[in-house]
Amino acid sequence: MTEEGFENTPGEVQAAGLDAETIGELRQIAARYPQARSALLPMLHLVQSVQGQVTPTGIETCADMLGLTAAEVAAVATFYTMYKRRPVGDYHVGVCTNTLCAVMGGDVIFERLKEHLDVGNDEITDDGRITLEHVECNAACDFAPVMMVNWEFMDNMTPESAVELVDALRSGAEVRSTRGPRICTWREAERVLAGFPDDLADEGPAAGPETLVGLRIARERGWRAPEPQHAEQSAQHSTRGEQ
Amino acid sequence: MSSGPSVLTPVLSDNWDQDRCWTLQAYEDRGGYRALKSALEQQPDALIDLVKASGLRGRGGAGFPTGMKWGFIPQGDGKPHYLVVNADESEPGTCKDIPLMLASPHTLVEGAIISSFAIRANYAFIYVRGEVLHVVRRLQRAVQEAYLAGYLGKDILGTGFDLDLVVHAGAGAYICGEETSLLDSLEGRRGQPRLRPPFPAVAGLYASPTVVNNVETIASVPCIVDNGADWFASMGTEKSKGMTLYSLSGHVRRPGQYEAPLGITLRELLELAGGVREGHQLKFWTPGGSSTPILTDEHLDVPLDYEGVGAAGSMLGTKALQIFDETTCVLRAVLRWTEFYKHESCGKCTPCREGTWWLVQVLQRLERGQGSEEDLELLLDQCDNILGRAFCALGDGAVSPITSSIQYFRQEYLAHLEQGGCPFDPAASTLFATAGAHA
Repeated sequence: MTEEGFENTPGEVQAAGLDAETIGELRQIAARYPQARSALLPMLHLVQSVQGQVTPTGIETCADMLGLTAAEVAAVATFYTMYKRRPVGDYHVGVCTNTLCAVMGGDVIFERLKEHLDVGNDEITDDGRITLEHVECNAACDFAPVMMVNWEFMDNMTPESAVELVDALRSGAEVRSTRGPRICTWREAERVLAGFPDDLADEGPAAGPETLVGLRIARERGWRAPEPQHAEQSAQHSTRGEQ
Repeated sequence: MSSGPSVLTPVLSDNWDQDRCWTLQAYEDRGGYRALKSALEQQPDALIDLVKASGLRGRGGAGFPTGMKWGFIPQGDGKPHYLVVNADESEPGTCKDIPLMLASPHTLVEGAIISSFAIRANYAFIYVRGEVLHVVRRLQRAVQEAYLAGYLGKDILGTGFDLDLVVHAGAGAYICGEETSLLDSLEGRRGQPRLRPPFPAVAGLYASPTVVNNVETIASVPCIVDNGADWFASMGTEKSKGMTLYSLSGHVRRPGQYEAPLGITLRELLELAGGVREGHQLKFWTPGGSSTPILTDEHLDVPLDYEGVGAAGSMLGTKALQIFDETTCVLRAVLRWTEFYKHESCGKCTPCREGTWWLVQVLQRLERGQGSEEDLELLLDQCDNILGRAFCALGDGAVSPITSSIQYFRQEYLAHLEQGGCPFDPAASTLFATAGAHA
């Protein structure tokens, strides 16, 4: 297969391929599914966690293991935006610039970060710490403008808090997600996505304040769903739109 | 005691303020997995009938009756059956399933086990988008806990029912929220839609009978088993039964999740949310994500159920209510959505792949104040050549913001031409706009 489109930085990628432990883990992923090919997406996440990107070696290894051609695996690897064919920084910083976040300030935040980090979209900083990318809607619109660091939520951002965030990440300070744990590295995150948990599930809150806003109003006003045994009686209260 | 009629009816969200509500311990303390135990004592067909009787309809946007979908699975066919939970929440504006899974993953896991039992599946998947790491962690942990508790695996609770449940992380592709693309993706392929028929109920995952349901749909199953179909159907409207999560975002004072019976209006929801942000007025909104035609302040009293929103010329969709005030340029909003559809078009069919590219070209020209009034007719003609001609619903969704915005805000498109550019100050729309900023 061609190596066009794949960018290797010497020293970043293990030229000799994947070690025995990784091969074993790739086999474990394949064994989770009734048909092994279903494992391809998590397998590519594992390749990224080990090699820092989807490499030609990683593609060939997955292909061999699943009885596919390298072209078939490359076709999948190039379809999904989370797979990277260039080295990614320790921290993948995403700024949502889909309509709602953009309007609420995402565009300003993204411009400020490009300037502050001196990178363009989907580029890595000189020190290799941060890759900046604008991302699509990440299902956190009630917390707009939203940023993601290694796919952890950073809610209700401003240009100032965004700059503070990336400065903290570059300095190596501990950073916590607003609705999650302390931020791990991008490679560690990719390992979790491959289906190897990192034991951080209990960190962070159950919900952000916005998530609970309706529930809190209901609690204050004593509103609740009808009691099962009094379903008919309560229906008159709860049935709407038939007036 | 309740003060007045319950406008909000927390059921799915009722445990979200409980300490460590994502854990099995907390979930069971509130009666979690009671529904599973009762379901496993029933016949699978009785559960399908129960869900049919409840009136539950798909919460992922299409609103298809869930029990009917389950009923399409052929029985005694000798093939394996599969349940696939669509947790690929990516429709712009939609943000209900992610908080549900973060706060209470066991609600979904319990629903998935009951639903698998009903359709006689021994293998189930939660296909969750990859870009939500902590949600993936909470799901992984919940599934692990459920195995250890004997709710998953072989001979569940001694009933002889076997079920394996796999949490599968996607890799970034909006199209995978479309059910047949999701199945291709879950088979380790590019996420591209399949021609239907055959429908997934007949030939889904690995060409076997498969039910694909949204997270909120499956999470609604345990409460129906617990409280009964009549209880569920006592909420909502005539054809849109039950409670659901409405997500308010954008220019409102208190954005967030509001769980209410189907049929509540935006006027009522906005009142609870403290209204549009101070000093501003509602301009336009989406009832259920960017693929549902936009509505305006004329539609504040439309019942937000499947029929009501349909009658108003839009769709209930995912109940993602994105609120924009008068500082927002509708053309900027629509262009950004269109760029999204262009980026996410899978490339399989020509009307969508080429059409979305051309839509962006024309909209960009208009936003710069170039082009002419005839470009509006050109846009509508392009939309007409995509709507109903694309392989899947992505193409239809792509034209919704354009045709609806031209319908309601034609004058604003023309204002860009008259002024030779955008008449709005984007800084005025931001959350951190200086107080008193105006368009």
